[in-house]
Amino acid sequence: MQFGIFSVGDVTEDPTTGKAPSEAERIDSMTRLALKAEEVGLDVFATGEHHNPPFVVSSPTTHLGYIAAKTEKLLLSTSTTLITTNDPVKIAEDYAFLQHLSGGRVDLMMGRGNTGPVYPWFGKDIRDGIKLAVENYHLLRKLWREPVVNWQGQFRTPLQGYTSTPAPLDGTPPFVWHGSIRSTEIAEQAAYYGDGFFHNHIFWNKEHTEAMVRLYRRRFEHYGHGAADQAYVGLGGQVFMAGSEAEAKRVFRPYFDNAPVYGHGPSLEDFTEMTPLTVGTPEQVIERTLGFADYVGDYQRQLFLVDHAGLPTSLVLEQVEMLGTEVVPVLRKEFERRRPAHVPSDPPTHASMVAAGPDAPFHLVEPALERVKEMQAAAAKVDA
Amino acid sequence: MTRHVVVVTAGLTVPSSTRLLADQLAEALTAQVSARGEAVELQHVELREIAGELATFMTTGGIPTPRLTTLREQVAAADGMIAVTPVFNASFSGLFKMFFDALDPDGLTGTPVLIAATAGTARHSLVLDHAMRPLFAYLRAVVVPTGVFAATEDFGSHGLADRITRAASELAAAVLSQGDYSVGGFGPDLAARPRRTSGTQVESDVTPFGDLLRGHTGND
Repeated sequence: MQFGIFSVGDVTEDPTTGKAPSEAERIDSMTRLALKAEEVGLDVFATGEHHNPPFVVSSPTTHLGYIAAKTEKLLLSTSTTLITTNDPVKIAEDYAFLQHLSGGRVDLMMGRGNTGPVYPWFGKDIRDGIKLAVENYHLLRKLWREPVVNWQGQFRTPLQGYTSTPAPLDGTPPFVWHGSIRSTEIAEQAAYYGDGFFHNHIFWNKEHTEAMVRLYRRRFEHYGHGAADQAYVGLGGQVFMAGSEAEAKRVFRPYFDNAPVYGHGPSLEDFTEMTPLTVGTPEQVIERTLGFADYVGDYQRQLFLVDHAGLPTSLVLEQVEMLGTEVVPVLRKEFERRRPAHVPSDPPTHASMVAAGPDAPFHLVEPALERVKEMQAAAAKVDA
Repeated sequence: MTRHVVVVTAGLTVPSSTRLLADQLAEALTAQVSARGEAVELQHVELREIAGELATFMTTGGIPTPRLTTLREQVAAADGMIAVTPVFNASFSGLFKMFFDALDPDGLTGTPVLIAATAGTARHSLVLDHAMRPLFAYLRAVVVPTGVFAATEDFGSHGLADRITRAASELAAAVLSQGDYSVGGFGPDLAARPRRTSGTQVESDVTPFGDLLRGHTGND
């Protein structure tokens, strides 16, 4: 199972000092966070992507390329890559290039983005969000899998005789997750292609996350990629730890109360009850996190949000240290203890996909196509 | 078949004249439904009791709190609604609006609604037609013709009771005709039935991906 951290890359004033980091300081802080993650044995660092203040994360592959050069094992990912407003041709090129730089330590999470004006700034219409995600991702799969692409869709200039360079490392595209909080179409999309499904989880009650994951698992099986419990599931989580629960709450409370997303709203205690947020000891974080598998099933990736709301870098680095040394080692052991043998521990990695060979279904643009045709033929026979 | 009607009140004091008016409307509705040989069950919602949950919903981008989730589901399943607000600064109160902002846009589609308001003087009475009626028109609810406005002095007059009876009668007729989409002896036109949803559940009947992809593969 993979564990890591994901960042939204916000520049937020520290409410206890009234000072906000500069953009340079925030970028440097995220880099240090990623390096710390590798140092303490975490598996994944994922960066968000935003194109508006107060965020700095407009250029994920630049940042991940830099981190790749300074790390050896860390898997570099996104949370999320905007499949709606980015040109899929540029995504294909950028992330294939990052694969080459990092020796295949790349996967991506597709998301639609939730900031309205970003769509028109990039020449798109937010009302086309789902259609853009569908069309652009399908094109991305082609660009990574077909040597020459001839393509004409609804949203971008047609392609005639186009070859995306560099080609994916070892002819093997990165594994892709699809992130969505409540759009069932995106869970369906992940299931159709046999890709991973990631639920942000941190702003939602567990019943909702459970229902979204259940839907994805059921459709993953429907499209013939394996049993429902073998589908690739990732979850977000949000924690703040200290030696005692009281100390953790005392330190974290001003950041919580002023946080950009939920600040000045519910109390820390109410939010802890409504969502997976855990503010307490490492033992409490372990217990809560292990409970996630009780409602989404045995899953493959757990990412934690630790660096937001103006928390100073020194505190955030301590959090990553605690995750790596006290929390994740126990989680690894306990999650494996409960996992049935037929359920994969890790999602597909570059190494595992290369080992599976060029004939693995993953290399098809539409791995489920034959299965869908068979089901349609069988249905037609019943009708006749 | 027992009909279900939700009575939403946004009064802030206990007791409030808003709740007093809502209770009289509810009682009149029960009488009107009973007089037609049918039964109605009322569900009272005092918005003051969920003011904190509404604030949480708004400040978190829509995290569903348990009580609010239940209420959204009850509204989407109701056969009718009585909505009563005090008038604050020439309109419905902010608390009243927050509740309707927290509903799914299709939560009230096609649902009969009786609108009513209270205020200190009759000079606010246009709030019914200039604020409440447009709100429910936007939500595609069916607002019955008679709205009931009660200024403080109306609680000592005869006219209010008459208006309450007339409005309750209109709502009773609309509630009891719910679900009847047949036309002149033909079978019901199910396609014409308004689609309502609470927005609280993950829909299980997902659109097959082949339908979503149609026209977007780049080859067709």
